[in-house]
Amino acid sequence: MLTLQVNGRPVQARQGDTVLDACERAGIRIPTLCHLAHLTPTGACRMCVVEIEGQRGLVPSCAFPAADGMRIETHSQRAVEARKVIVELLLSNHPDDCLYCVRNADCDLRELAAELGVRGRRYFGSKLDYRLDTSSPSVTRDPAKCILCGKCVRVCEEVQGVGCIDFNGRGSRTIVGTAFDQGLNVSSCINCGQCIMVCPTGALAEPNSLPQVLAALADPEVFTVVQHAPAVSVTIGEEFGVRYGVDVNDTLTAALRQIGFDRVFETSFAADLTIMEEASELVHRIQNGGALPMMTSCSPGWIKWVEQSHPDFIPNLSTCKSPQAMLGSLVKAWYAERQGVKPEKVFTVSIMPCTAKKFEVGRPELSRDGMADVDAVLTTRELARLIRMRGLDLQKLEPEEADQPFGERSTAGKLFGASGGVMEAAIRTAYFLITGKELEELKVQAVRGLDGVKEVSLEINGMKIGAAVASGLGNARKLLDEVRAGRKDLHFIEVMTCPGGCIAGGGQTLRVPLEAVKARMQALYAIDRDGPVRTSHGNESVQRLYREFLGEPLGELSHHLLHTHYEAREVVR
Amino acid sequence: MSSVPVETGTRIDELLAPWKGARREALIPILQEVQEACGYLPQEAIVRVSRHLDLPTSKVYGVATFYNQFRFQPPGRNQILVCRGTACHVKGSAAVLEAICDELQIRPGQTTRDGMFSVDVVACIGACGLAPVISINGAFFAGVTPEGVPAILESFRQKEAARA
Repeated sequence: MLTLQVNGRPVQARQGDTVLDACERAGIRIPTLCHLAHLTPTGACRMCVVEIEGQRGLVPSCAFPAADGMRIETHSQRAVEARKVIVELLLSNHPDDCLYCVRNADCDLRELAAELGVRGRRYFGSKLDYRLDTSSPSVTRDPAKCILCGKCVRVCEEVQGVGCIDFNGRGSRTIVGTAFDQGLNVSSCINCGQCIMVCPTGALAEPNSLPQVLAALADPEVFTVVQHAPAVSVTIGEEFGVRYGVDVNDTLTAALRQIGFDRVFETSFAADLTIMEEASELVHRIQNGGALPMMTSCSPGWIKWVEQSHPDFIPNLSTCKSPQAMLGSLVKAWYAERQGVKPEKVFTVSIMPCTAKKFEVGRPELSRDGMADVDAVLTTRELARLIRMRGLDLQKLEPEEADQPFGERSTAGKLFGASGGVMEAAIRTAYFLITGKELEELKVQAVRGLDGVKEVSLEINGMKIGAAVASGLGNARKLLDEVRAGRKDLHFIEVMTCPGGCIAGGGQTLRVPLEAVKARMQALYAIDRDGPVRTSHGNESVQRLYREFLGEPLGELSHHLLHTHYEAREVVR
Repeated sequence: MSSVPVETGTRIDELLAPWKGARREALIPILQEVQEACGYLPQEAIVRVSRHLDLPTSKVYGVATFYNQFRFQPPGRNQILVCRGTACHVKGSAAVLEAICDELQIRPGQTTRDGMFSVDVVACIGACGLAPVISINGAFFAGVTPEGVPAILESFRQKEAARA
């Protein structure tokens, strides 16, 4: 243990801590714009400068190792004045359009300006002629609002291993951009939105899908159907002052009904359906010598990444559509007719913790007769805007249940929201499919938690099954490399694009600490612990759907409605 | 510097062959060789170099755009170098550069649509006594003024017209 003197008080630090780490743990808040925990400190923004006795100038605390006996002033006149000047310089070429900015309530730069008392423009920087990049369905880039902190560049490269953006040019002409400054849509961007999650300003955001949804809601001729994903109900409360990790599933359903959707379904129902198909597919592949290890297909960022960067693994991908796509397909191809509505008069909306889902719904395979199965995707953040726009108080609404026949779910379907959840749900059902019996202990502890790679090996009827779970594509790459190098003990791999899974998806609430993600995960585990139906095959609505319509998993109708295919993709990578 | 554009990536692959097993620290020498061979860095070359070094293309493009020495368009038939060294700066080279760019409607590093001219900025030509100085195809023009720029360019246009 090291002891530092910070602002005249003793602060304990661990060996290897930076000054910033030690101060943060002691509750001393030093502002940062470029700092990302666990990634290489770059000291780019200089917001975290402090005075350290014996050091000549101000020192960036994010990149300075703590040492025993160090005397530090974090908020001296000199440090605070330096921070203020930095913010003023950053604002010198910033567009003054905070009123209209999508991030006006979530902007680190605006908050720091307020905190440091910036009340006027002292510096006038020349503005470059920037192009807004609206080419991607998932991420909009506005370089004019970029402060070059580099967080997006580091997340894309160090966490996701994608590296589709970097600093282009030099000096005052530097911008963050793709190779050849092309649109994100032709780049190797996988649409995961992790760059949006770390952006301190409005330079990165998801394209706004609310106008289409509002238009559909306002049209009396249109039958609107909404589904909400498993990870949304444990997050959306945060936007309305509910503490981290509280599930508001049924009040969310009530809110969506109040907003005017004709039907409210749960994506978790389709997650159960996915498990029926995917577990059957796994058993079929193992018994009939199909491509192994089989890999999950519900995370659209991962799917695009395999198609563009690892096409040799395309045969390993499960052919199952993602749950949102399965539900969209069922609604348009079957449910609409049952309701006496023409499919072209149905408008399907998905509420997703994800920006890549906006890309996914545009895939041509996920449409029929030129009609997309899902018409619009709203992120958790867009949903919060919609709820506010309609003046609803989430905390005061009476809980309501989702509509049938796609409203019932098992807790296994709900687990999809966390990394390892698909695996856990699949193990429960695969065990049942092979043995005809239920697992004695349904909880699969080895695949729970926030570790980047988790593994478990099971024995079912004398058959050894190896399973691995990865979240964050940097972690997935390690598994793929092992399989390529000849690793043979794995039969099933779950990959979630975002570290931790959908609970930390790129469409979720901005600017939350890791504690929030942990709390969301625990909320899903609590739902599973207390739920009456804990296996996907135990979901009676799913059983009924097979009895009345689909027949068998992997059957003819499933093949048409619930399965898809993938193709190698040319991008600049 | 040759200005023959590379039609296919074959030549790039030939150029990369001796760099087998090279790592990221070889990036800049490789890019210099490509520019030497092609006169600029074609997109196809940047992609191939990225694959060769197992780096994202964005990274290679980011590094290449950092340095003034790399250009991303084929050089023009007449290559204008504008000295922006200290002496030339003091003598008004910024205005000369602006006049050239205005006249040709391009920015430094670019080539006119008809391929006749390209403009690049150099740190110091080493002819400070002639400031502000520009060089076109290796020939120096001393004490250039913004007003004198159109006549200089016109003489090159006429030379080309005479040859045609």
